[in-house]
Amino acid sequence: MSENGMFGSTRPKKARKDTADRTQLQTIVLRFSRHRPAMISLVLLVLIVLFAFVGPLFWIWDHTVYKEIPSNLPPGGDHPLGTSAAGNDVLGQLMRGAQQTLKVAFSVSLLSTFVGSLWGATAGYYGGRVDALMMRVVDIFLIVPLLVAAAAIAGNTGAGASWSAIALIIAIFSWATIARVVRGVVLSLREQEFVEAARASGASAPWIIFRHLLPNAAGPIIVAATLLVAVAILAEAGMSFLGLGIQLPDISLGQMIGSARTAVSTRPWLFYPPGVLLVLICLTINFIGDGLRDALDPRQTRVRR
Amino acid sequence: MLVYTMRRVLGALPVLVLASILTFVMIDVSGDPLADIRMQQPPPTEEVIQQAEERLYLDRSMPERYWLWMTGIGGNGDIGLLQGEFGPSTQGPQYEIGPAIVERLWTTLRLVGAAMIFALGLAIITGVISALRQYSKLDYTLTFIGFLALAMPTFWLAGIMQAGGVKFNQLVGDQVFATIGDGRFRAEGQPLGDQLLNAFAHMALPTIVLMLISFASWSRYQRTSMLEVMNSDYVRLARAKGLRNHVVIRRHALRTAMIPLTTVVAIGVSSVIDGAILTEYVFQWRGLGDFFITAVDNNDSYALMGWLLLSGVIVILANLVADLLYGVLDPRIRYE
Repeated sequence: MSENGMFGSTRPKKARKDTADRTQLQTIVLRFSRHRPAMISLVLLVLIVLFAFVGPLFWIWDHTVYKEIPSNLPPGGDHPLGTSAAGNDVLGQLMRGAQQTLKVAFSVSLLSTFVGSLWGATAGYYGGRVDALMMRVVDIFLIVPLLVAAAAIAGNTGAGASWSAIALIIAIFSWATIARVVRGVVLSLREQEFVEAARASGASAPWIIFRHLLPNAAGPIIVAATLLVAVAILAEAGMSFLGLGIQLPDISLGQMIGSARTAVSTRPWLFYPPGVLLVLICLTINFIGDGLRDALDPRQTRVRR
Repeated sequence: MLVYTMRRVLGALPVLVLASILTFVMIDVSGDPLADIRMQQPPPTEEVIQQAEERLYLDRSMPERYWLWMTGIGGNGDIGLLQGEFGPSTQGPQYEIGPAIVERLWTTLRLVGAAMIFALGLAIITGVISALRQYSKLDYTLTFIGFLALAMPTFWLAGIMQAGGVKFNQLVGDQVFATIGDGRFRAEGQPLGDQLLNAFAHMALPTIVLMLISFASWSRYQRTSMLEVMNSDYVRLARAKGLRNHVVIRRHALRTAMIPLTTVVAIGVSSVIDGAILTEYVFQWRGLGDFFITAVDNNDSYALMGWLLLSGVIVILANLVADLLYGVLDPRIRYE
C-alpha cells in the first residue's frame, strides 16, 4: 500500500488546507471565529464566568452581611462597588449573584435540551398519531407564560432556598421550545436516504434516533440550547425580582435589582451594576448563539419565546 | 372558511382542557392553601382546620376537586368554571376571585394591547428599514438595538424609566408622567380631556417599556421576511413594469412580508403577558400582576389556577385569530 491509500490519491498535495481537507469541526470553528461579535462575546462571557466562579476565591468579602461593613457606602476605597444598607459588599454580592444566575441558566438549558430533544426526536421519528399527541403536550407547555407559571410553582413550594430547585422549575416550562425545534428538524431528516437505509438494515427505533437523527440535528439543538440560556436567565431574574426566585440569605442578580428598586436615584450603585451584568450576560449569549447558528446551521432563523 | 373556523375552534378545545388539567394538577400538588392557617399562633384547633378544609374542598380527592373546579356540580355554589365561578379563596369568604380577576384583567389588557400595537408598528418600521438598507450602518445599529432589547430584563428597564420619569417631572416642574399606579380612579367625574390626559400620564412609561421589550424579535422576523420578498420574482416584475419604488415596497412587498408576522406575534403574547406582570409590579398598578403576587403570598390555589388558565385562554385565542387572519391575508391559502 502506498502512503496515499489503497488506490492512491489523485488529489495533488497542497501546502495550504482547503475546504476538503478540513474536518467538519474545523470548518465550524473557523466559521465561528470569523463572526466577530460572537468572538468578542465569547471572550467577554468567559471573563464573566471567571469573575463569577473564580472571583470569590480572591475577594475578601462574600455576599453575606458583615458587622464590619458600614452600610450605604458609595463606591470607592475598601469597597470598590459600595455597600448595601444591611452591610453587604456589593462586589461580593455581584460575584455570588452572577454565579447563581449562571448555574441556574446553564442547568435549565442542559435539562431542557436533554428532555426536549428526546421528546421532539421521538415525536418526529414516529410521526402520525404519536406525533400529534406528543406535540399537543408541547403546545400546552408553550401556552402558559413561562415566568408566571414558574414563579407560581416556586412561590407555592418555597423552592427559592436552593438554586437547583429553581432551575428544575424553569426547565419544566421551557423544554417544549427545544422539543418543537428538534421535531421540525427530525421530520425532514427522517425522509432522507441514510435513515431509510438504516431502517432497511433492521436498525431499531432508539438506535436510529440516537445514532442517526440526533447527531444530525446537533446544529439546531446547540443553537436553541444557547439561546435558551438567555431566556432562562431572564426568567430566573424576573422570578427573583418578584421575590419568588432565589431567596435570602442566598442572592441572585434579579434579587439584587429587586431590593434596590426603590433606591434607583438615591443609591444608584445598588441598582445599576447587577442590571448591567445581566444585560452583558444575555447579550453575549445571544451573540454567541447567532454566531453558532451561522457556523452550524445557516438556514435557521431566530425564534424567541 | 366557516367550516375551517369551526374546525380550528373545536381543535383548540382539547388543548384547553389539557391545559386546565396541567394547571390544576401543578398548582394543586405544589401548594398548601392551609399553610398560613397552620402557621398561626396560637396553633388553631383541629376544628378550625377542618372547617377551612371543607370550605376549600380540600376534604375531597384531587380528581373530584378538578371535576368540581370545572363544573361546580356538588359544590356550594362558589366553584365551577363552567358556571362562571372560580372557587373559594384563602383570602376570606368575602373575597370573590371571579370579579377580582375581571376587574384587573381590563387594567392589564389595556397595557398589553397598547404595548403590542406600538411594538408591532415599531417592529414593522425598523424591520423594513433594516431590510431595505441591508448591511448599512443603519441596519447594524438597528440590529444592535434589537439585541440589546432582547437582553434587557423588563423590570430593570422599567426601573430606569421610572427613575427617568421622576427626574423629568422635577426638571419640568410639572407632573407630566405619573410614575406610580394605574390612575384609574383619580380622574373619575372630570372632563374628558382631563381623563385622557390622566390616562396618558399613567400609561406612557409602562407602555414604552413593554413596547421596547417586545418589538425586537418581531423586528428581526420582519427584516428576514422583507428580504425574502424583495428578492422574489413578482417584486422584480413589479419593478420591471416601471412602478415607482415606494409603490413596489408598500403595495407589493410589504403586504406579503407582513403575513408571517401574525403567527410570531400570536406566539409572543405569552411573553408580553410575562413582561406586563413585571412592568405593572414596578409601576405599582393594580392589575393582574398584583393579583398574581397576592395570590402566591396567600397560597390562594384557586386564584392562581384561574389566573393561569385565563392567560392560557388569551394565548390560545390569539393563536386562533392569527390562524384565521392568515387565511384572510394570504390569498394563496384556500380552505376547502
